[in-house]
Amino acid sequence: MKPLQKVAASILCVIFVLMVLATFLLPAHYAQQFRDIPNAGPSPAHLLGTDALGRDSLSRLLYGTRVSLLLAPAAALLSTFIAALLGSAAGLLGGWFERIVLAATDLSLALPWLFLLLVVRALLPLDVPPLVSVAIAFLMMGLLGWQASVRVICAAARGVRDSDFLLLARSSGCKPVRLLLRHVAPNLRPLFYVQFFISIPLFILTEANLSILGLGVMEPMPSWGNLMRGFEDFSMLSANPWRLAPLVLLVTVVMCFQLVLPSQEVTQ
Amino acid sequence: MEIKKSTSLLRLGLRRLLFLVSLGLFGALFSATLVRFAPGFGVEERELDPRWSASSVEALRRQQALHQGLPSFYFHYLSALAHGDLGQSDSLKRPVGELLRQRLPITGNSVLRGLGLAWLAASLLALLGLASRGWLFAASTTALNSLLLSLPAAVVAMLAVYLRTPVFFAIAVVVFPRLYSYIRSLLLRAYDQPHVLAARARGLGSSVILCRHILPLAAPPLLALIGVSFAISFGAAIPIEALSDSPGLGQLAWHAALGRDLPLIVNVTLVVSLIMLAANVFADLAGRTFAGNAP
Amino acid sequence: MIRRLSVVLSLAIALCCPAFVAAQSAGQSGGELHFCLHGEPKTFNPLLVEDGQSETIRYLTGGVLIRLNRQTQALEPGLATSWKVSADGRTIKFHLRSGLHFSDGTSFTSEDVAYTMKALMDPQLHSPTGDSFRSGEGQIAIQTPSADTIVVTFPSPVAGLDRLFDQVAILSAHSSKKEMAVLGPFYVADYTPGSYVLLRRNTYYWKKDKEGKPLPYLDSIRLDIQRNHDIEILRFRRGEIHLINSLDADLFDRLKKESPAAAHDAGPSLDSEFVWFNQVPTAAFLEYKKVWFRTTEFRRAISLAINRADLSRIVYGGHAQPAYGPISPANHFWFNSALPTPQYDSAAALRLLAGAGFHFDGNTLRDGLGNPVEFTVITSTGNKPREQMVAMIQQDLSQIGIKVNIVTLDFPSLIERITRTYDYEACLLGFTNSDLDPNSQMNVWLSSAENHQWNPRQSKPATAWEAEIDRLMQAQASATSDKKRKADWDRVQQIVAEQQPFIYLINRDAMSAISPAVIGSAPSVLDPHAFWNAEVLRLGSDPSLGAQK
Repeated sequence: MKPLQKVAASILCVIFVLMVLATFLLPAHYAQQFRDIPNAGPSPAHLLGTDALGRDSLSRLLYGTRVSLLLAPAAALLSTFIAALLGSAAGLLGGWFERIVLAATDLSLALPWLFLLLVVRALLPLDVPPLVSVAIAFLMMGLLGWQASVRVICAAARGVRDSDFLLLARSSGCKPVRLLLRHVAPNLRPLFYVQFFISIPLFILTEANLSILGLGVMEPMPSWGNLMRGFEDFSMLSANPWRLAPLVLLVTVVMCFQLVLPSQEVTQ
Repeated sequence: MEIKKSTSLLRLGLRRLLFLVSLGLFGALFSATLVRFAPGFGVEERELDPRWSASSVEALRRQQALHQGLPSFYFHYLSALAHGDLGQSDSLKRPVGELLRQRLPITGNSVLRGLGLAWLAASLLALLGLASRGWLFAASTTALNSLLLSLPAAVVAMLAVYLRTPVFFAIAVVVFPRLYSYIRSLLLRAYDQPHVLAARARGLGSSVILCRHILPLAAPPLLALIGVSFAISFGAAIPIEALSDSPGLGQLAWHAALGRDLPLIVNVTLVVSLIMLAANVFADLAGRTFAGNAP
Repeated sequence: MIRRLSVVLSLAIALCCPAFVAAQSAGQSGGELHFCLHGEPKTFNPLLVEDGQSETIRYLTGGVLIRLNRQTQALEPGLATSWKVSADGRTIKFHLRSGLHFSDGTSFTSEDVAYTMKALMDPQLHSPTGDSFRSGEGQIAIQTPSADTIVVTFPSPVAGLDRLFDQVAILSAHSSKKEMAVLGPFYVADYTPGSYVLLRRNTYYWKKDKEGKPLPYLDSIRLDIQRNHDIEILRFRRGEIHLINSLDADLFDRLKKESPAAAHDAGPSLDSEFVWFNQVPTAAFLEYKKVWFRTTEFRRAISLAINRADLSRIVYGGHAQPAYGPISPANHFWFNSALPTPQYDSAAALRLLAGAGFHFDGNTLRDGLGNPVEFTVITSTGNKPREQMVAMIQQDLSQIGIKVNIVTLDFPSLIERITRTYDYEACLLGFTNSDLDPNSQMNVWLSSAENHQWNPRQSKPATAWEAEIDRLMQAQASATSDKKRKADWDRVQQIVAEQQPFIYLINRDAMSAISPAVIGSAPSVLDPHAFWNAEVLRLGSDPSLGAQK
């Protein structure tokens, strides 16, 4: 690994460790309001100050890191699974099935996914615990984010389809499902892993975008995105630069992910 | 031979066009179904206003009930569409066609200018990278690229508002890093091809190598990239326009989704699907054509 | 090659640069007021106005018979020099000014008023303005004995009849321009959808200032359509717009720090925020929870356990007052000043709950059957003060062992739950009140009405106190003296304080931003806060005004 990649990987490890230890490191519960000191600056008791309701910013940042970093891989897993299924089947079968899958991919990019998120939110029963609703939010993202990987997997599956060993398997009467599971999928597994790792930073960014718009993780649960919601006020940011901590952390983590992974084709 | 090829291409194009239009309509009708069965359909904020009398609220609800039957909505919508009438927006009370006609140019303008800027910057930077293979250049461009890729589009939009830069610049910033990394890897791969290596060994000028050897090799995937990048920038335009309050299609889509405006959502989905699908079809076709013509 | 490329690159960037530079336009020509609308106006027909933007345009362009002075809260003659309401409250007679013209030159007579009233009371027309006059079934009778007198008789008494005419902008019966011919200080000169509305001075406007100079002073008003509040305040800071009619508390504080002269807090407004429990018997949640919500002591205990002072201090930065009833103290005449104002007291709340059979073990509050007290509060998404208030209420109630879950929903889903499916437990919302006379809230207090939010459309009153409120509402609607009506309303406020169907939280202040360049402004607590006296506003020179659009 190049030295840059080594540095990036070690930063990621440190952040993951911090996240795991977060429960023990949290100075205060993320929802606890210290009402005497709203919008306070950094102090020994509150290293990153407090937010508008007097909640400790460091606790919220650590807890938000957990939310974003644990659930983005879950979304990535789901989306990679869907993309793997659809992409390899499309590449293998070819013809009209492939055309339909690719067309559906393009079409789903144009559909009002924003609206779908609103709808799912509104359909959830009211007594769902907040962590479950956050998990559902990420799963929805996973369900809607498979388009980026499908083309790549499809192209790769097409390549495998024309290979010799598959020809052999087909000529010996192997059924398509078995072909897919026993021959195509194992060959594409490295590609699946790569797509999974590439998707993680994408979902981190997607969650951030959605939460800033108010559609992602709901208050009072923190996440990197909704900790950045107050960023429209630049004068406040320049006066209190420690408020930028979530953005710095997000950019660092995503950059590290990108530096660790091999360079990739254009993805959404 | 040439005529046969062009007619078959034409037929392919027409078939694709038909496929595209029907797919677009399917997308529009799918989103109509989604909106119709979503919670909050047919409910208006005015129901909370105590100034309305009971009979007025009844009359309003009865009016809303006209939208209820989904098959009849499909039928009315399609027949109106055949006449070129896109219906009227419930929340903005104006004909959808007029709204689209006003906002599409604004979004199209931002997207095309942003895309143009991003392509220009990405290509020039990639070519520069090709010429100077020093590690400093590679490291700094990778770092810049990585940084820009890591910024959420929403943050870019907020920065654009604060710095008073136009919307297309924000779109360019979002699209540029994705283009750059791909173009760079493409050009590098092409540069290291054996016949290019041979040409370099023979001492051909760099511009000659570029035009006659590298570009034809890289052209098909680059053209395919145009379509994909168009789709990306169009997709990025929605949150960017919503956050910077630019009166384009993105803001309209956002407003329509929040307000459950059925006619608006359906038509905006139709337009956006057609544009995205067309971009990808173009990319596909272009890739195929040039792949066929490459020496 | 590198050099060639670098040249091309820098050239390309240079070509794009002019686009980055913000447009520098000519300086103000002295006399165009510039501010923003938060959305598209849905109509220019004053009879159909229901949204805030159309109402702004109606206020600035419409000529009304009687005008409510937003500062003194008293009625003033407008197009009518005098008026008289009959003893039975059904008839009103106006003496109109003579010799007036619409903005296109058409003359103004009682015929135009008759035309307007007939159109307004058309049963096919559904609008909040018209519905305010509909106190009973039947047709109205209009007589126009002369060109400058008109008598309108309603089928049944209308409470506060004269005040309602502040909303009725008179249309021309004969003008070819229809509703675009107006009698107000300005008329709509240009409208680019999605962009702006331009109003120009109406040279035919009847009002003159004390020296006899014709009003308005301003040449024109430009209303930009700007939904984003942060961009709006950015533009105000840059001097591109002159005023912001309604500011949120945090934006107000931001502005106050930079330009204290521009930020105005006129005091508590008529708006309130409140939380209520779902008392609909057929609602789809657990039965034992329904029992809690219907218990008066439970609601009163919740009210005692909420720290309103903290809500006002933290969420609104002190720019709000705790509220205890439906009528704001800013409403001088109708507010019941004898109402109790219980202070935050969680111990008293627990005592009340203990009396109702609840049991607090130091951690969790449980009801008589042992169920832990837990419920979900829904509120609208995208409204930061509300989201913050629910979070604070969550913490307040956790002190007495109640677990509160928060769910934010987009507005249409929220409305569907509270008006159609009744699938919710508690809800926090606000009420934007523009009317001093509480009669406009009739549909909130009548148990059979739509907006009786905690249990709407009852066939007969579910409780004795709701029956009493019904009786009081009917009485005040047909009462002929304001004193009698006030007595009825005082009693209604008292019942609400005892029963807490709505637990009122705060009345927010009326905050606006007005540039020092605007001369003659006098921010009021009634809407429109910043430009209610638009006809006497003037623009002076101000060094802080730089390049503007």
